[in-house]
Amino acid sequence: MKKLDQWINNNTYHHCQFWDLKKLVEAKEKNELTISLCLPTLNEEKTIGKEVVIFKSELVDRYPLLDEIAVIDSGSDDNTREVASNFGADVYLADEILPHIKSKKGKGENLWKAIYQLKGDIIVYVDADISNIHPRFVYGLVAPLIYREKIKYVKAFYDRPLAVSGNVRASGGGRVTEILIRPLFSLYFPELTGIIQPLSGEYAVRREVLEHINFPIGYGVETSHLIDVYTKYGLEAFAQTDLDQRVHENKPTQALGKMAFGILQTFIKRAKHLGIIEKIDDFQTVLRQTQAKDKVYEQAELEIVEEERPPMIEIDAYREKFNRTSDIHE
Amino acid sequence: MIQSFEEILSLLSSSQKTAKELKEILLANLVMVGEIPAPTFEKEDRIEFLLNRFKEAEIAHNSVDEAGNGIGILEGSSNKESILLVAHADTVFDSKVDHTIQIQPKTVQGPGVADNSLGLAVLATIPTILEELDIELSHNLILMGATRSLGRGNLKGLRFFLSHFDQPLKAGLGIEGVELGRLSHTSIGMRRGELTCEVPETYDWSRFGDASAILTINELINRINKIKTPQRPRTSIVLGSIEGGSSFTTAKKAKLQFEIRSESSELVQEIHQNMREIVEEVSSRSGDRIELDIFAERRPGGLKFSHPLVKRTRQIMDHLDIESRPGPSTSELSAFIDQEIPAITLGISKGSNVRGKDETVEIEPIYTGIAQIIGTLLAIDGGYCEET
Repeated sequence: MKKLDQWINNNTYHHCQFWDLKKLVEAKEKNELTISLCLPTLNEEKTIGKEVVIFKSELVDRYPLLDEIAVIDSGSDDNTREVASNFGADVYLADEILPHIKSKKGKGENLWKAIYQLKGDIIVYVDADISNIHPRFVYGLVAPLIYREKIKYVKAFYDRPLAVSGNVRASGGGRVTEILIRPLFSLYFPELTGIIQPLSGEYAVRREVLEHINFPIGYGVETSHLIDVYTKYGLEAFAQTDLDQRVHENKPTQALGKMAFGILQTFIKRAKHLGIIEKIDDFQTVLRQTQAKDKVYEQAELEIVEEERPPMIEIDAYREKFNRTSDIHE
Repeated sequence: MIQSFEEILSLLSSSQKTAKELKEILLANLVMVGEIPAPTFEKEDRIEFLLNRFKEAEIAHNSVDEAGNGIGILEGSSNKESILLVAHADTVFDSKVDHTIQIQPKTVQGPGVADNSLGLAVLATIPTILEELDIELSHNLILMGATRSLGRGNLKGLRFFLSHFDQPLKAGLGIEGVELGRLSHTSIGMRRGELTCEVPETYDWSRFGDASAILTINELINRINKIKTPQRPRTSIVLGSIEGGSSFTTAKKAKLQFEIRSESSELVQEIHQNMREIVEEVSSRSGDRIELDIFAERRPGGLKFSHPLVKRTRQIMDHLDIESRPGPSTSELSAFIDQEIPAITLGISKGSNVRGKDETVEIEPIYTGIAQIIGTLLAIDGGYCEET
């Protein structure tokens, strides 16, 4: 795994390496790049105002790193859209983007539609529920793309593996990462185990990559991206940046079960497609979780179908808007 | 070049408008500075933030002084004298408190946003506002985030600066997050301290039921309550907080924090002496160890209501439809008074739950609050606030 060690050494950053925003903006302008920030939302009125204010002040007004800040909303019934718009973000309802395509519900849907709606050569996705938001969540992710042409996809991670008193602290993936993703990657895509937080919701990607990959609309979107970008462009296309702490609400274990179920569906689809797993029957899409009610145990059944959007380049309206032909980069 | 005071008044609405146009920068400063914990006497990372802002605004003279104050100097065009704009940088909240700030369309909420993260955020934004307004003062404008202000800090940061800065200061302007309309021009006499009471380890347990530091503190409070505080000159003893014990058993320690306040320094001294005598008496009777510790002091004084600085500021506030509330305070003014520098303290916005974890400030009035600060700076700079 020498290659993996090398990749970790060369392609893992800390946000403080990019503190010089003036220099970063100069490099962005020199490379004639445009950058769009996408904040996917669903009922985030408590945190969205602060995110928009911080990014607009620091990365649009002070240092023009971002060319647009867009909120793509799944139909919040709180004041998310009003708050975001009040502080200067461009606000879109996911359902109103590509209206001729029947809409689906899920965060992945918003991320996919952002490729059509936003203008940037680079799109940086940041979750809207981060309470300790800071400009580093954007500049830490876009900087490797600005400085290194070969990097195509930059992922965030938040818990630095540090050696303290001679002991090495385990890298900080979440529970689903450590008991599902990393074991799966170790089995089938060992090089991807170098990505410290494969499920983090913050990443920056070049448009030329985004338009060529599928988008599961639910829990599997991050996993599918990693596998698809890896198989298309190899490990060298990735970089990752330590953004220090990220404060958000922790999910209960049952919710993690649903997440893992969606991710497994995404994974198995790809394993079949790539011929990694030769024989596997079509799977069930009902998640069964056992719960106790008084003294009776019962099964709760939940249908989770991990639907996928095709690569955006296959959508006629997109090719027309961005003047693309479907066979580029193929 | 501004020719008259009326011209300053006519500039107020454009100052308000510019402040509003810089809303995101201002609020981002408020969030970023407010989320840095800053309990008095601890490492003040807020000062580093402030200095970075000064550097970004290309203020050539910026540094941290020996007391830890963060200072940026905007050089004036012609005058050698300086005007000091100061906001205290410390807050009452421990660093373990969650300092997350929330922004809503009309309000900002979080620990310390009003007292005094907003003051510091405005200080950090002032260079940008002045630049946008194309204002260059003839006097040097010293922007200062003052450390060690609150509680036992006793304005040490500002006092250090004022007693060591070797150039003449024309006037001082203190800014606090709330309350818009505040126009503090005098300082009341004040001594701030605490009474600690401890039951000795060798206590005579035969005094069953009597052995509690809380009971002793209670006795002290009863006695302090009997001290006469006259209506004129206005005088009061404020019992601020009390703590003691840890569970259901005998409380071995208890503490009472208080302030003696009066328009007369003689009365402050007299009440302090009374308290000493009470402590001696209660201590000898109960056998408890009682300590009276005074750690902060303000001398009464300040500017008269008719002083031009107060008068001009009131005119500016009137012009902006701010209902002015002139009065005394125990804020930074005291440090200025000790050095005989004319000074006032102004509030920036409206707020609620001050010093609670859900401290809140309103966004819209901030623009008016900033306009009044710009107007007052221009009035001082133009020589409209001097006694003849």
